[in-house]
Amino acid sequence: MPVMTYRDALNAALREEMARDPDVFLMGEEVGVYQGAYKVSRGLLEEFGPNRIVDTPITELGFAGVGVGAAMVGLRPIIEFMTWNFALLAIDQIINTAAKIRYMSGGQVGCPIVFRGPAGAALQLGAQHSQCFEAMYAHIPGLKVIMPATPADAKGLLKSAIRDDNPVVFMEGEMLYNTKGEVPEGEHIVPIGKAEVKRAGEHVSLICYSKTVASCLKAAEQLEAEGVSAEVLDLRTIRPLDLEALFTSVSKTHRAVIAEEGWYFAGAGAQVVDELQQGIFDELDAPILRVTGADVPMPYNKYLEKAAKTSPERIVAAARKVLYLE
Amino acid sequence: MATARTSRKADTKLAEKYRFYLRQMLLIRRFEEKAGEAYSLGKIGGFCHLYIGQEAVGVGCLSQLRPDDYLTTTYRDHGQALARGMTARAVMAELFGKATGCSRGKGGSMHLFDASLGFLGGHGIVGGHIPLTAGIGFAIKYRQQDQVSVCFFGEAAVNNGAFHEALNMAGIWKLPCIFICENNRYGMGTALDRATSTWNISERAASYDMAREVVDGQDLGEVMAAMDRAVVRARRPAQPTLLEIRTYRFVGHSMSDPIHGHYRTKEEVEAHRKRDPILIWSERLKSEGLIDDAGIEQFDTEVKAEVQDAYDFADQSPDPEPGELYTDVYAPVKESA
Repeated sequence: MPVMTYRDALNAALREEMARDPDVFLMGEEVGVYQGAYKVSRGLLEEFGPNRIVDTPITELGFAGVGVGAAMVGLRPIIEFMTWNFALLAIDQIINTAAKIRYMSGGQVGCPIVFRGPAGAALQLGAQHSQCFEAMYAHIPGLKVIMPATPADAKGLLKSAIRDDNPVVFMEGEMLYNTKGEVPEGEHIVPIGKAEVKRAGEHVSLICYSKTVASCLKAAEQLEAEGVSAEVLDLRTIRPLDLEALFTSVSKTHRAVIAEEGWYFAGAGAQVVDELQQGIFDELDAPILRVTGADVPMPYNKYLEKAAKTSPERIVAAARKVLYLE
Repeated sequence: MATARTSRKADTKLAEKYRFYLRQMLLIRRFEEKAGEAYSLGKIGGFCHLYIGQEAVGVGCLSQLRPDDYLTTTYRDHGQALARGMTARAVMAELFGKATGCSRGKGGSMHLFDASLGFLGGHGIVGGHIPLTAGIGFAIKYRQQDQVSVCFFGEAAVNNGAFHEALNMAGIWKLPCIFICENNRYGMGTALDRATSTWNISERAASYDMAREVVDGQDLGEVMAAMDRAVVRARRPAQPTLLEIRTYRFVGHSMSDPIHGHYRTKEEVEAHRKRDPILIWSERLKSEGLIDDAGIEQFDTEVKAEVQDAYDFADQSPDPEPGELYTDVYAPVKESA
């Protein structure tokens, strides 16, 4: 199986889906001539031409709305936000139109669209460029929210998102673009709403998505050295949540830690906690803990930034706590 | 050259159309009066924004479209829905929130839809739907078709970023869009001159190298002529247009707002009421011998009956089934590809 970067896996998904379906087009800032701010769309302008790889002005509200309008009449737009931080300018189009138009039209008008781009903190980009908004979008009925952690999942889930008839919020890890992994060639589809056990274990479930999957895998290695067998469950999709996979894992381990990059208050992990306590309360042997980003705007200073981020060490500490090892 | 006979036939056809437009304006007027009455009786909930005084804008603009063209509009959408050919029953039932409504009772007054007529909403956020219209225009161009994409919005929306972003892209990409600013002089209670530094809204099109016109929105003939020119420009090869159609809302912003009060005087409203679009068009048809008072009376009787029928239909229609609460949130699940 070929090994490729997360970036190239996304590129392959875009290329394959655009070749498969002429209604699919990519629109956003610098996606064409510049080859993508993060080079996810590299080579696509040359292959598909400017009608389908559309450079826009810096006008997030406007081009998100153009995408939604085009989707309302049956095209399948992929709207790239240079980062999800900038999508705040477009959020009216995503929440008030894309997510609602099927419902408020009584089922007459759909919106098959993908909004995608990098999310979360990179390195020392400061408060306005280091944010996680998955909880905000996952809050909205009508949207699906996907956050792949590996190159293979990035490809398979982006292909599913493009084929989905609903508006999909697809958040890529800015720090993951250069990570490598095996990616199946051609028709590789990962279904939306299916979590995956990335490492099997017996004593505690480490529940994660996007960048925190790698942190949890590292934490699981450290825990193994202490004789603790940790299961790493990658949610992959935040909405809809894979309750079956969550219940199966935690019913086996009876203990859970949720690792997320975003802020603590009303984060996506809080929803996971609620589903677990409602669904399998009797299976729990300890309170569920969440490891999140610090509840502050992201600082610039690298030591403060490091302290604000979710880390394997903090995940290990939380796991030890739910196992009553300290 | 046409013979006298075919030209008379064409004249007859045109006269029929002209009379039909009068009937449409009357239908909207009587419909809105009835909607106001139903609102007061508690039959209609939420917000309800009436189109009384602005009928010539909707009827005149939509008279120039083909059935396969598209439009989006604001929450003041009843008049355009009727002008586009939605039945009074379907619209009234939606206002009543009934299962037989055009959005199956899930949209309400502000969210009327009929995809089969290219009527893609009633939208509730001022300015928010203007980019959608550019997107529909983008799709038309993408598919190399020759429909046009039309958007109605009020003059208050032109101070909103969505307006500028959409017009800029329509200008760059030469989208087949017609942006129709229904300038009724007040964004809710804020007069135009308190909200914008440039009174002449049409001039804003200059920023986007776009064709523009100022139109008397109380004169149906003027509206139709301007819209005809805009449609000709918008069909392939496409050139977008900004039409500023000056009109006046004879009623309050919504049902909770008196006709006059803090923000405009009784005298001002009375003065504008003298330029009633229905009277202006009636006079024109009468002066050309195309209709007489009895004919107008006949139309009025017919549309009142149509509106009463719509009211009864809406009143007697069932509410949506309780299970409808959870339908249409997501698309039906497809068989995996």
